[in-house]
Amino acid sequence: MGDNAYVRKQIAGRFLPLPGNDIDTDRIIPARYLKVVTFAGIGEHVFEDDREQNRHHPFDDPRFQGASILVVGLNFGCGSSREHAPQALKGWGIRAIVGGSFAEIFFGNCISLGIPCLTADMADIEWLMAEAARSPKTEGVVDVEARLVRFGERTITAGIPDGARSQLVEGTWDATGVLLQAGDQIERVGSSLPYVRGF
Amino acid sequence: MPETLLDKVWRAHTVRTLPSGQTQLFIGLHLVHEVTSPQAFQMLRDAGLTVRMPSRTFATADHIVPTASQARPFKDPMAEEMMVHLTRNTKDFGVPFFDLASGRQGIVHVIGPELGLTQPGMTIACGDSHTSTHGALGALAFGIGTSQVRDVLATQTLALAKPKLRRIEVTGALGKGVSAKDVILTIIQRLGVNGGVGYAYEYGGPVIDRMTMEERLTVCNMSIEGAARIGYVNPDRTTFEYLKGRPYAPSGAAWDRAVAWWTSLASEPGARYDDVWQLAGESIVPVVTWGINPGQSIGVDGRIPDPASAKTDLERQALEEAIDFMSFKPGQPIAGTKIDVAFIGSCTNGRLSDLRAAAQIAKGRKVARGVRALVVPGSQQVARAAEAEGLHEVFREAGFEWRGAGCSMCLGMNEDQLRGREISASSSNRNFKGRQGSPTGRTLLMSPQMVAAAAVAGAVVDVREML
Ligand code: SF4
Repeated sequence: MGDNAYVRKQIAGRFLPLPGNDIDTDRIIPARYLKVVTFAGIGEHVFEDDREQNRHHPFDDPRFQGASILVVGLNFGCGSSREHAPQALKGWGIRAIVGGSFAEIFFGNCISLGIPCLTADMADIEWLMAEAARSPKTEGVVDVEARLVRFGERTITAGIPDGARSQLVEGTWDATGVLLQAGDQIERVGSSLPYVRGF
Repeated sequence: MPETLLDKVWRAHTVRTLPSGQTQLFIGLHLVHEVTSPQAFQMLRDAGLTVRMPSRTFATADHIVPTASQARPFKDPMAEEMMVHLTRNTKDFGVPFFDLASGRQGIVHVIGPELGLTQPGMTIACGDSHTSTHGALGALAFGIGTSQVRDVLATQTLALAKPKLRRIEVTGALGKGVSAKDVILTIIQRLGVNGGVGYAYEYGGPVIDRMTMEERLTVCNMSIEGAARIGYVNPDRTTFEYLKGRPYAPSGAAWDRAVAWWTSLASEPGARYDDVWQLAGESIVPVVTWGINPGQSIGVDGRIPDPASAKTDLERQALEEAIDFMSFKPGQPIAGTKIDVAFIGSCTNGRLSDLRAAAQIAKGRKVARGVRALVVPGSQQVARAAEAEGLHEVFREAGFEWRGAGCSMCLGMNEDQLRGREISASSSNRNFKGRQGSPTGRTLLMSPQMVAAAAVAGAVVDVREML
């Protein structure tokens, strides 16, 4: 099984509410910051244009500085596949995300970086957003293993697909090593395919 | 039991079931571009790994290439650096690279099909969400992030969960002036921008069956805008005729064996779908987006929706945010909206048939005063084919700029960008805030012929009145 440093069973931290649905990855990190050959320093630019246009953006709100668990609405991370988006969130300090739903490529990118994304009912999400805004100093827990989110008085049932949960809990989300274990079976499957053989 | 193409292709590419329960899936074709690959190649170097199957990997440069002057070094030093990295990475790891000098450079989703690299029954991955495009040829094609690009480079496989399958049938026939772009924008509008989460889309029915390959590419391209990571059309005669004779397509006796295999992959009658959804072709009209996601669209004869009519608070807030950003008024007709920029191009609508459709409108007309109009072919091959027909002259005479191949103003990573609050009529696929390079710029998505019509009129108009 995976290295201990990779295990993501429970993540504790303060919560940062970011209301709105269909927040796309162009907004999370504008395309001009894709002109880079490393991900270093990208966290500074997370939501840059949104923050420029909204002086009260949650990422600039002093109450939420140091928060590590992001709460979002539906279809978060839709659009471009850019991994720069979760890299920018991670660079800013986000360690886990709870939302109504996630766009698939974004979700996969987060798991590849060891950032759990859990879904919950929108009624619970709205409660979490309101509570996190009311008590920004409160620490809560995202329990990946038990599929729960604990905040203040409440424990919320949350969802994550079995495969992703297992990768996080076992510490095997950095997939390259696991995939390499298939060994020659990769070439065997490849050469069984008519187009790989040249028909 | 009758099976779907998804079932058959998934099974054929399964290496094993992982301890997590996911499938380790063999990737038959890996397409690479300059923006999402440099970190992946660096991760390989750091881990001391090589590219597992360089001959199943192909690279090109599209996002950052300038389209006005393509002389090296590029004016933008950051763009130049990305080119240098891609050149070095592909050389070091033995990956074929269609660079600017190759005559085959272009948007990755345009060149894959046109070179015959994209074929039915393949699994195709690329660090780009519009990889769904390649599904038009009956492949399972999907976008991935940079860490997954690393995984494919190193292992030629990915850890994935099999998606559910929704069949989308477009019945009947399309009216005059209604395009493939209008079909997919209507699907996204009806099913919603998150309607496809967890699904692959299989497109079929009489309208899709009659479409050309380029029209199918437009439809599959925007699957991801409806949240479906994969969209495909079953391979048929149209597919085979399109592929025949392309540089990387099989030939001779291998061609016949390939056609037999491809034919066997199509979904069978009676196969099980997780969902089936129908859309009547006759109900589709030329569509224009008015908001900040591709689902916020109306017919060209429609009006901006009124947030007061929203069913939920969230829906009302979403409408208000979009209307506010776009500076529209509820109830205002979309037709007549003045535009500043017209952009024809992108992996959605930058192919020869798109340029022909736009040129038909532009021919003998003039771009309205004050409108900046650009035509950016999807690839060098598209550019040459269009020039051979004289389309570049048609556009130039009408007052459009004729550019080199690339992504250009689809995402504004080169110097082709909106300025300030400009409004563009665009044949691309995303109208997100800031998408076309200006944080406050505004985008109206529509078909290339509708863009050409808007360029000429200086405002959104119904292209059917100009045919
Ligand atoms: S044309 Fe636009 S959507 Fe297509 S690959 Fe380029 S940037 Fe992405």
